[in-house]
Amino acid sequence: MARLAKAYIAGIFEHPTRKAVDKTVPMLHAEVALGALADAGLSKHDVDGYFCDGSLPGLGGMALAEYMGLDLTYTDTTETGGSSYVIHVGHAMEAIAAGKCKVALITLAGRPRAEGLQKLGARARGEDSPERGFELPYGPMVTNLYAMSTMRHMYEYGTTSEQLAWIKVAASHHAQHNEHAVLRDVVTVEDVINSPMIADPLHRLDCCVISDGGGALVVVSPEIAKSLGDRCIKVLGQGAGIKHLNGGRFDLTYTGAAKSGPIAFAEAGVTPADIDYASIYDSFTITVLETLEDLGFCEKGKGGALVSDGNLISGVGKLPFNTDGGGLCNNHPANRGGMTKVIEAVRQLRGEAHPAVQVPDCRLALAHGTGGQISQRTGAGTVILGSNDA
Amino acid sequence: MSDRIYPDPTINLETECYWQAANDGKLLVKSCNACGKAHFYPRAICPECGSPDTTWTEATGRGRIYTYSVMRRADPPYAIAYVTLDEGVTMMSNIVEADFDNLSVDMAVEVMFGQTEGGQALPLFRPARGI
Repeated sequence: MARLAKAYIAGIFEHPTRKAVDKTVPMLHAEVALGALADAGLSKHDVDGYFCDGSLPGLGGMALAEYMGLDLTYTDTTETGGSSYVIHVGHAMEAIAAGKCKVALITLAGRPRAEGLQKLGARARGEDSPERGFELPYGPMVTNLYAMSTMRHMYEYGTTSEQLAWIKVAASHHAQHNEHAVLRDVVTVEDVINSPMIADPLHRLDCCVISDGGGALVVVSPEIAKSLGDRCIKVLGQGAGIKHLNGGRFDLTYTGAAKSGPIAFAEAGVTPADIDYASIYDSFTITVLETLEDLGFCEKGKGGALVSDGNLISGVGKLPFNTDGGGLCNNHPANRGGMTKVIEAVRQLRGEAHPAVQVPDCRLALAHGTGGQISQRTGAGTVILGSNDA
Repeated sequence: MSDRIYPDPTINLETECYWQAANDGKLLVKSCNACGKAHFYPRAICPECGSPDTTWTEATGRGRIYTYSVMRRADPPYAIAYVTLDEGVTMMSNIVEADFDNLSVDMAVEVMFGQTEGGQALPLFRPARGI
């Protein structure tokens, strides 16, 4: 018997731009919003709930709601970095189930390439954040923070650079079919480990791309989904969590997925073995490896073996992931990758992924977002999605 | 190759004792009188149990590298690390006076003090020289 869902993803849109020199951030938000609403077969006049991260121009979602001309009775500005949009899907589902809104719009947009990278640090790191004095003098950067988690995982579990490289290799196999991808060349394990060392032990090809653009999702009530047809995708379960440095007593080998994953699986009533396709946030190769372990796709510490030998490549391995090329090769709009994770999972469940990477009979998918710094100060969001007949 | 310039820390009323002690060559941690646990970075209210009854204690200054990353492309290159102190808490720092090719997780280190741009003493760690 087909599962019931409290809410459905009716519309998706990924902006095709990767460098938006001729657009403002509000323009990008409006373009992705209208794109996702058109995909759903709805108009902006149907939207009554708006979900956005905390980086929008203006305060919360108010300025953009005005810019786009939205008439809202519900809003949520949950900010957990790149995982925000995955959590927004979950929060939209709960708001819809509670009867607080019927058509929820979620948008993400940004132009870090066009604006220059110097703006990133100031935005990402609040001047008044309480840990600042105890970290900033030591030169923390996104790269070396992820590198330190990698180094510890290697120390505890024997994970190797070659194993991590397989994650990039798999992403590149998928990206070759995506005309919008920033990096379309297929790479080998050797290419990854021979690329320049950025922050020991992470190489340049262990890192994601930097790109402009954005994306949007439209989440709707079951009644509206019924009227829109079978391209609507079920939201079956969702979980969220924050992991932090815990007063100086911490373990960097695991992520917030250890919290968000079990909650999402329990709500959906499925297990990792049931998942046909996984979108896993891939800011760096290590992000994928630790997340897959924490979601229960393998025993803790065995992620290296799980990702090796093409096991993440669609049509080759057992766990096809990030078939759009992910953040590692396709797109990492506004340095926040959670949105595109949900979008590609919906494409897979609709059977609308590129034919070369479409997972046959894809009925259950997972999308996971990681925000902030993996395993350090990080927000996690997991959703379990199902095809219309799942 | 240029000398490494350490940015000044932000200092507030919760943390000024820590930075004053650093200027006197001491590394302090905060401990909680209610639950007995140390924490880092120092706070007025214990993050473990919520008690406001927290007190400064001087750390031995010895610890081990929990993890690290060498930034070889920086000018000058530097080694960022998390160091687990004898007191059981782990703090971010830099490893200095070391051969970056021979750093390792679990290496014994000891505190020393560098200077930030504005002249504030900053706790750093070097490989332990033993006593």
